[in-house]
Amino acid sequence: MSPELKSKPKSLLAPGHRGCAGCCDAMAAKFTLMAAGEDCIVINPTGCLEVMTTPYPESAWEVPWIHSLFENTAAVASGIEAALKAKGTIGKTKIIAIGGDGSTLDIGIRSISGAFERGHDFTYVCIDNEAYMNTGVQRSGATPFDASTTTSPAGKVSFGNQRPKKNMPAIIAAHGSPYIATTSIAYPKDMIRKVKIANETVGPTYIHAHAPCTTGWGFDTSKTVEIGKLAVETALWPMFEMEDGEITKVRKIKNPKPVEDYLKMQRRFKHLFSMEGGEEEIKKIQAIADKNVVDFGL
Amino acid sequence: MTATHDVDMEKMVVVEGSYSVAHAVKVCRPNVISAYPITPQTHIVEDLSQFMADGEIPGCEYLNVESEFSAISALVGASAAGARTYSATTSQGLELMHEVLFNVSGMRLPVVMTVVNRAVSAPINIWNDHQDSISQRDTGWIQLYAEDTQEAADMTAQAFKIAEDKDVLMPAMVCMDGFILSHVYEPVVLLEQDLVDQYLPTFDPEFVLDPKNPMSFGAFADPSTYTEFRYLQEKAMGVALRKIEDAANEFNEIFGRYYGGLIEEYNTEDAEIIIMAMGSIIGTLKDVIDAHSSKGEKIGLVKVRSFRPFPKFEIKKALKDAKMVVVLDKNISIGLNEGALFTETKACLYNTHIDVPVAGYMIGHGGRDIPVSTIEKIIDEAKAAMKTGIDIESQFTDLREELL
Ligand SMILES: Cc1ncc(C[n+]2csc(CCOP(=O)(O)OP(=O)(O)O)c2C)c(N)n1
Ligand code: SF4
Ligand SMILES: [Mg+2]
Repeated sequence: MSPELKSKPKSLLAPGHRGCAGCCDAMAAKFTLMAAGEDCIVINPTGCLEVMTTPYPESAWEVPWIHSLFENTAAVASGIEAALKAKGTIGKTKIIAIGGDGSTLDIGIRSISGAFERGHDFTYVCIDNEAYMNTGVQRSGATPFDASTTTSPAGKVSFGNQRPKKNMPAIIAAHGSPYIATTSIAYPKDMIRKVKIANETVGPTYIHAHAPCTTGWGFDTSKTVEIGKLAVETALWPMFEMEDGEITKVRKIKNPKPVEDYLKMQRRFKHLFSMEGGEEEIKKIQAIADKNVVDFGL
Repeated sequence: MTATHDVDMEKMVVVEGSYSVAHAVKVCRPNVISAYPITPQTHIVEDLSQFMADGEIPGCEYLNVESEFSAISALVGASAAGARTYSATTSQGLELMHEVLFNVSGMRLPVVMTVVNRAVSAPINIWNDHQDSISQRDTGWIQLYAEDTQEAADMTAQAFKIAEDKDVLMPAMVCMDGFILSHVYEPVVLLEQDLVDQYLPTFDPEFVLDPKNPMSFGAFADPSTYTEFRYLQEKAMGVALRKIEDAANEFNEIFGRYYGGLIEEYNTEDAEIIIMAMGSIIGTLKDVIDAHSSKGEKIGLVKVRSFRPFPKFEIKKALKDAKMVVVLDKNISIGLNEGALFTETKACLYNTHIDVPVAGYMIGHGGRDIPVSTIEKIIDEAKAAMKTGIDIESQFTDLREELL
């Protein structure tokens, strides 16, 4: 083994899981564990990551891991934190929830709100692949404007999903979280660094990781990272850090690329390039990116 | 064996039912309590909160969660991390927990929860019946029903012992009637800490979430393995039948109080008519039966303490020589026109040599008062049915025809 490889953090997500080739959820989990190390407990709601990593009696997890339901991950995490506190072993062991966008922004938001308001010492990582992938690519509150999903399909009178992404980091910020960061699985170093800070920060912290899904978005399995980078380079996915509600760091982009570069590579936006009026729609998406540039000073 | 109470008058204090239960929880030394307030469970969680504020439950964390859904979900995590866990709820709160209840049991987490029985909405109603817990019958929780406040407190310690037993590892509900028990002030013996420490071993589960020995909890089971998980839950409930009896006997040895194990039989020997019921109505029934016995009438009572696991063997044994059985239920399966205890009692007599008529009465819905006169009327009908056969198999009781 080369010295360079040796120095890499050990992967605690074993290979052989059932994720698609080029799976974003697997990458997100791997990077999270690289940041956390062995001394952690992972809570994982129902979703692609859970299903693909734990077909009984197998498990890809080399750290303690628990799955309860789709919508209660943050509550389960708070119970674990309370148990460690009661036993006097809180502090060292990191408690990390890793949930999909559906379980985070939609069905699990009540338990997340409760756990953040109560101030448990844990980190919540949202893997945002922008739809319910596990059940076949249905829309979620994180599905972007005009994306075609199986429950927001493009059709003769529709350009797909009619609503913009829900602003989850802002919702978490409103709960007074001490550390919030957006990141992307296309930038492993960035993600690992941010998860580490989140883990080391006392209190409830939040990482929102953009995660392109080859199957759900419709692109070649070799392009996960490329697509993830384009989302950042077009300013559709701003990467920032927040401390105590204030944005403290932003990843600057020199010359934002046109959003077409990102959209045209994905099946979920294909209709925008063939339907009448598609051009106008692409302009609306460009406006979202332009606003991000201004709002976040990208 | 019938109930016996070595009552030590010196030790008795007059407290609210909720307080005696909260106190019992405290001396059981829980590590994580997680609950959400709802009438008539509120006094239990308020009393526990006060104990916490006064530093009276060392080594315990209390979670003021944002919903019952999270209350019970937090205990999934806490129990898997090796904590002794407790919650309390009722009615709407219990129904909101429904999905998680299956999960707790399927993951074999011995959470103990008081269910302060209340009717369910709509129409919204805060008073007592058993529809809430009966609706959770198939979630894989042990369900015990208490007759009075002392039993509710004592049953709490018993529930921890049964649920946490290594051969059981199933969650348990201690059901007590809302208001009738939760809000009544009665003389009770508060469970003594030293005796509870003697009775209840510390919770030391074999499988926990521990970075030193990583394990996966809650994996996904396909058709090739799912059935066996269900089978093992059923098997554990089978073991619980015996452990419920053991827990009651050991409790008697240490505390000198006994209420029956799976069931309690009252005057059932040579009884011609046997009444069956659960919960606080038992007190009234015993009084009525005493009055009839003094007139030489042979009426007995089977109090069902454990509804899950269902004590088929004990019930068959108790009913086998009766001439008429009457089952009272504070719940209904709408569309079947029967209460659960009635349906299940009938079912367990089928395929046996016991041939006794069984009549069902649904009673006390939404806290409707159950006067002695109603019970007398039911007994009169049972006497008639003994001679002429059952007229109506199952029916509502005390319907106000003028409202229909
Ligand atoms: C209460 C409940 N409703 C619906 C489902 C079905 N379900 C399971 S996973 C899932 C979608 C998961 O989406 P997400 O959280 O975004 O994770 P992903 O699979 O996309 O990584 C859905 C809808 C469920 N398991 N439980
Ligand atoms: S559908 Fe997407 S998230 Fe799910 S396993 Fe495949 S690549 Fe991963
Ligand atoms: Mg998703």
